[in-house]
Amino acid sequence: MVNTLVGNIGHLSIILAFVSALIVGIGYFLSQRAQPLSTQQSWLNFARIGFGIHSVAVISVIASLFYIIYNHLYEYHYAYDHSSNNLPVHYMISCFWEGQEGSFLLWIFWNVLIGGILILTNKKWEAPVMTIFAVVQAFLASMILGVVFFGSFKVGSSPFILTSEVLDIPVYDPSSPAYNANFIPADGNGLNPLLQNYWMVIHPPTLFLGFALTLVPFAFVVAGLWKKQYTQWIRPNLPWALLSAAVLGLGILMGAYWAYETLNFGGYWNWDPVENAVYVPWLVLVAAIHTMVAAPKSTVALKTSIILTIASFVLILYSTFLTRSGILGNASVHSFTDLGLSGQLLLYLLSFLVFAVILAIIRWKTLPSSDKEMKLYSQEFWVLIGAMILCLSGFQVINTTSFPVYSKIAQFFNPDANFALPADQVAHYTKFQLWFAIIIATLSGIGQLFWWNKLSTRERFMNKIATPLVLTLVATSLVILFTKETDFIYMVIILAAVFSIFMNGATVVNLVKKQPKLSGGAITHIGVALMLLGILYSAGYSKVVSLNTTTLVFTSDEDAPEDFNKENVLLWLDEPMQMAQYRLTYKGMFIEADQFPSYIRQRDVVYTEDPFRAIVLKDVYHNGKKYFTTGDTIATQPENIYYKVEYKDKKGRIFHLFPRLQINAQMGEGGFAVSPDIKKKFGKDLYTHVTMIYPDPNEGRQWGDMEEYTVSLKDTFFLNDYVAIFEGVEPLKSTPLMQLSEGEMAVQARLRIMGKNKEHFVTPTFLIRQEDGMVARPPEVLPELGLQLTFLNINPQTQEFTFGVNAGQKDFIIMKAIEKPMINLLWIGAIIMLVGFGMAIKRRFESPKKVRKKPQPLVENTA
Amino acid sequence: MKITHIIAIILIAAAIGIIITSMGDASQYVSFKEAHQMAANGNGEKIHVVGELKKDAAGNIVGMQYNPALDANLFSFVLVDEKGREETVYFYDTKPQDFERSEKIVIIGSVKDKYFVADKILMKCPSKYQGQEGEIKEVEARQKTS
Repeated sequence: MVNTLVGNIGHLSIILAFVSALIVGIGYFLSQRAQPLSTQQSWLNFARIGFGIHSVAVISVIASLFYIIYNHLYEYHYAYDHSSNNLPVHYMISCFWEGQEGSFLLWIFWNVLIGGILILTNKKWEAPVMTIFAVVQAFLASMILGVVFFGSFKVGSSPFILTSEVLDIPVYDPSSPAYNANFIPADGNGLNPLLQNYWMVIHPPTLFLGFALTLVPFAFVVAGLWKKQYTQWIRPNLPWALLSAAVLGLGILMGAYWAYETLNFGGYWNWDPVENAVYVPWLVLVAAIHTMVAAPKSTVALKTSIILTIASFVLILYSTFLTRSGILGNASVHSFTDLGLSGQLLLYLLSFLVFAVILAIIRWKTLPSSDKEMKLYSQEFWVLIGAMILCLSGFQVINTTSFPVYSKIAQFFNPDANFALPADQVAHYTKFQLWFAIIIATLSGIGQLFWWNKLSTRERFMNKIATPLVLTLVATSLVILFTKETDFIYMVIILAAVFSIFMNGATVVNLVKKQPKLSGGAITHIGVALMLLGILYSAGYSKVVSLNTTTLVFTSDEDAPEDFNKENVLLWLDEPMQMAQYRLTYKGMFIEADQFPSYIRQRDVVYTEDPFRAIVLKDVYHNGKKYFTTGDTIATQPENIYYKVEYKDKKGRIFHLFPRLQINAQMGEGGFAVSPDIKKKFGKDLYTHVTMIYPDPNEGRQWGDMEEYTVSLKDTFFLNDYVAIFEGVEPLKSTPLMQLSEGEMAVQARLRIMGKNKEHFVTPTFLIRQEDGMVARPPEVLPELGLQLTFLNINPQTQEFTFGVNAGQKDFIIMKAIEKPMINLLWIGAIIMLVGFGMAIKRRFESPKKVRKKPQPLVENTA
Repeated sequence: MKITHIIAIILIAAAIGIIITSMGDASQYVSFKEAHQMAANGNGEKIHVVGELKKDAAGNIVGMQYNPALDANLFSFVLVDEKGREETVYFYDTKPQDFERSEKIVIIGSVKDKYFVADKILMKCPSKYQGQEGEIKEVEARQKTS
């Protein structure tokens, strides 16, 4: 029976969350009006109660949705579309954010949490900041509202929609004879296996926490402008802005690592519009943090902070619009599908853009300003220049990412307007970002020098910079000599990165003695410089090692052009092949098993009726320890197949990689996704993934017509193209799969086949039940030779045996192997950067506490 | 003039510079005919062509060739562009997964020696059930970094 109760509770809670958000906003807003203090206080209490109701409503929505997913209530489309019966519980959490509605929900949830913390910790700013929060919550809640106004005007897309309302199949069609409104699908579509990965459990919540946190700086700046507290908003806001940048940065890096580890993009960053859309607001936020730090010293920095803080939040909304409205269409691989929310998303974006811009314009004249000229040899100047470069760099990225938007706008005026993204996006972005990276690294070094030293004149500056500059030049020369670097631009990047490391390193060394707490900024810069080096080496010197080295003429097509990119290498099963410095051998298909640290050869198991269970046909050992005995049942993930590749280097050292193929019905029937396996070495990563395989796991092996061979014992004969010797037959008492009962007989033949490199033994069996003469002839497969053998018959009179042979394709994989030198520098740099952020956040959260001791009156500037 | 004004002017100039140079890299959607004209005029710019796979009356794909045992890095197929012109497209990589199922294909590349060579293939595959948008897949043959 369709359980409509939980959906109704959920839907009601969404409506309550939406309405309560509006009420909270109104309450907080009214508490700021000029009126008796007691009235203000009562509005404030009203708003707080409203926020409590809102929080409960949001949690109730989440609980309802989780109940639906957890209990496999497939009458709800969200559960049907994103979950399945076999999904482990920890991935049920991922189901939440696989869909667009759930990801909005996640965002709403984080806002509730952050808003709650702000209410509890910051009484002075509570009312104005929470007014903005409430309005944002109302907008977000409206996205999942799923209410239709005036018959056709739909607001939001509810996660509690029923399967029968979505699926266009006969059973839900009242005019069809098969109509059954109570029909519930027995199983769901399942979570995309690509997302069944621990990174996908932690990456989206982190990213959305970052998204949610960008609201805090925005709410503070609006509150500051609204209450005319033009400079006071910065101090309580700074730690939040830092936290926001750190979490958003962590989210981006997790996404990059996931892409590197799980997707076969061949890298961690692809300049995909979805990646760019998060990266740009992050850059602008980082720029805003820099100007905020300088704001107490300079009114220009203050004004810039206001603009950049607003810009970073608006860019978050813009990125939400880009990725969720479907406007990117053909341009992105992993944007959400269009839910018809484009108009609503655009309204959300434009409302905040217009509101913030108007507010800033109104207040602009009254902002503090100074007639003093900014000096070239001052801290503020260099911080400001650095922030500007960060923004320009972000501007370049968002400009190109917006091409599909420009194209849509242009088509309004000219339907033939024709405007596509650059054909080679990586080259396009690199061309610009290379120089931005050089300038940013250099400025991060110079900026630190100015920040911690009073360098008011040219001489002082020259004095201070001389030593580190000489050291940088020496170190860079050594690096260039050592790595035999010849590319001029790469040399410049190394120079800039080394300079940044030395300058910031010197700052850290100086600060450690006096105030180690203040060194967060410099540590962050060192991390960024190391990341830059990691990116330079891993991307600039990424080398395809699977280049085809054979001299075979590959194509029969004479018309084919000659400039081939032979980056894929074909490996036949068990036939070694030389590739760069390695001798490669494809060793066969493997599967994983619960409680087993390695992989099991697929041929050594038989799947049961439940595809998640299999029976082992051989004892399974790993490092000398026995894990499974013949006949044991193992638990496995049937969609994952691992292709074992043996690498043997010139010194004879061997290692194995297991690149994965994942049957992925979510990518369409018969679809699959491949994931690399990575050999991590100190200096470089060796990255391997399959690009094609035989047999296709969905279709199995394809066989030709059967040829029959009738032979006598010890006969030698030609079997397909191979020499085969029929060595003998023996009776069997049991097979690994079944115990023979009385009246059943099994005979196993033993054939030796001479392969190209080695001998193969094949043992087909012939089973007969005496009472009714039923026979069974399970075929035996030799994947190395592409042969299938069947023990067809025994002729007792002539002492002859008949075998059937089907010829087919030999098993093979086609794989690509890429070397990524020094990629660890990128990850190490990323960790250092985050540590630096952490230190800065800690310090900034600690410092305003002293000020907050005495709560000030709630209303100061209402007059 | 104040130094902040100078910075502002430089900033705006740089932004305009970025817009103009970026636009220069923009690609365009063309037909096979235009692609050949461009190549004939010596314009080697990478362009987008939208089309569908050539199929016979029974709906079987015609003219698709991939023989990994012979050459794993050569895949060719016949694409019919939106103007109805059909042409063989070469792709120097393995055959993309689910290629046969794609409803619509966007190829990015250029005409080289009279033949269209794709560097990247975008496929629009039909969704598993109605009511949901088809998904886009991107397959890229990377050019050797020069």
